[in-house]
Amino acid sequence: MSNELTWYMILMSSILINNIVLIRFLALCSFFGVSNEIETSIGMGMAVIFVMTLASASTWILWYALLLPLHLEYLRTAVFILVIAGLVQFVEMYMKKALKSLYNAMGIYLPLITTNCAVLAIALLNIDYNLGFVNSIIYTVGVAVGYTLAIILFAAIKERIALSTAIPMPFRGHPIGFITAALMSMAFLGFSHLFGL
Amino acid sequence: MSLWKDFTTGIIKENPVIVLMIGLCPTLAVSSSANDAFGMGIAATFVLIASNIIVSMVRNHTPDAIRIPIFIVIISTFVTIVDYVIHAFDMELYASLGVFIPLIVVNCIILGRAEAYAYKNNVISSTLDGIGMGLGFILIITLLGAIREIIGNGTVTIFNYQLLSLGSRYQPALVFIMPPGAFLTIAFLMAAQNKWLKK
Repeated sequence: MSNELTWYMILMSSILINNIVLIRFLALCSFFGVSNEIETSIGMGMAVIFVMTLASASTWILWYALLLPLHLEYLRTAVFILVIAGLVQFVEMYMKKALKSLYNAMGIYLPLITTNCAVLAIALLNIDYNLGFVNSIIYTVGVAVGYTLAIILFAAIKERIALSTAIPMPFRGHPIGFITAALMSMAFLGFSHLFGL
Repeated sequence: MSLWKDFTTGIIKENPVIVLMIGLCPTLAVSSSANDAFGMGIAATFVLIASNIIVSMVRNHTPDAIRIPIFIVIISTFVTIVDYVIHAFDMELYASLGVFIPLIVVNCIILGRAEAYAYKNNVISSTLDGIGMGLGFILIITLLGAIREIIGNGTVTIFNYQLLSLGSRYQPALVFIMPPGAFLTIAFLMAAQNKWLKK
């Protein structure tokens, strides 16, 4: 992925072609954990979009302004995960104090996001792909929207499955969830080579 | 007897992946071949054992309120070591595992065992717990990788040794080494566990 890509190509690629959950297998814990109702999965999706964008922006600045000039590249993993964990705590405290209604909508999902591997992964990938600041923000928003899309679709299917009685006993619960995810993943594979990417 | 229990509980009964449902991301993402899966299993197990040992050593000096950041620093130290070691010795594996090597730091198995086990038990039990849980992880991830590789590619290869081959007349089902195959295979593994191993 280079800088010549236009912004909508980055967006399309991160939302559909390389969907973070269904094609790249990140953030699976929360994908399976908080997808029992459409409403909670919307809340989770919004929280992910918000935190991921903040985390990407701050780690990008940290990498190019501090770690790279000081030749501390080997501290990348440690610094990024601590910054993300600290940031989530800080956002949670600030929201509780100042943005009460927003906190009520997505507050309970915020602590879950620290362990969401997608946030760290995107912070690392922004660096690995050599994206500029604006492009890395576009990429991050795209990835987070892709996550939200996948989890809402999945929750909608799961709500139907919960009513079904035709599923064989050993497959009830998580196994049928994984088979659903496999079919969704197949559908998303259909987007590959869209726009010749 | 109890030490033996510390060791075996992670392998089948409380297998981190198919029973506790943690550590799914790396399991599914790098299991498109037996070799990558095995490499990932070894790397994560090393970090798990090492961090379990250190966490249980410092547990009496760790303030309760900031234990999680301390765990994270310990874990990320070992992850950085693994990252550089793989980079130095096996460039091919490094390229195919990619971003999933630094992501071992957010692998729920490792932080989960540090918090739930190593923080409360002595060094010997924690080491055995780390080895057992690590073996359980290696077992499932390698099994998954081998199943996907045999169906999707017709071979099983670990460290350049071809263990099994279905021959050239076998038509591989490519979908199994693509993303949907990972979801399908783990679904069937979990269903098998539900049917035969659950008490």
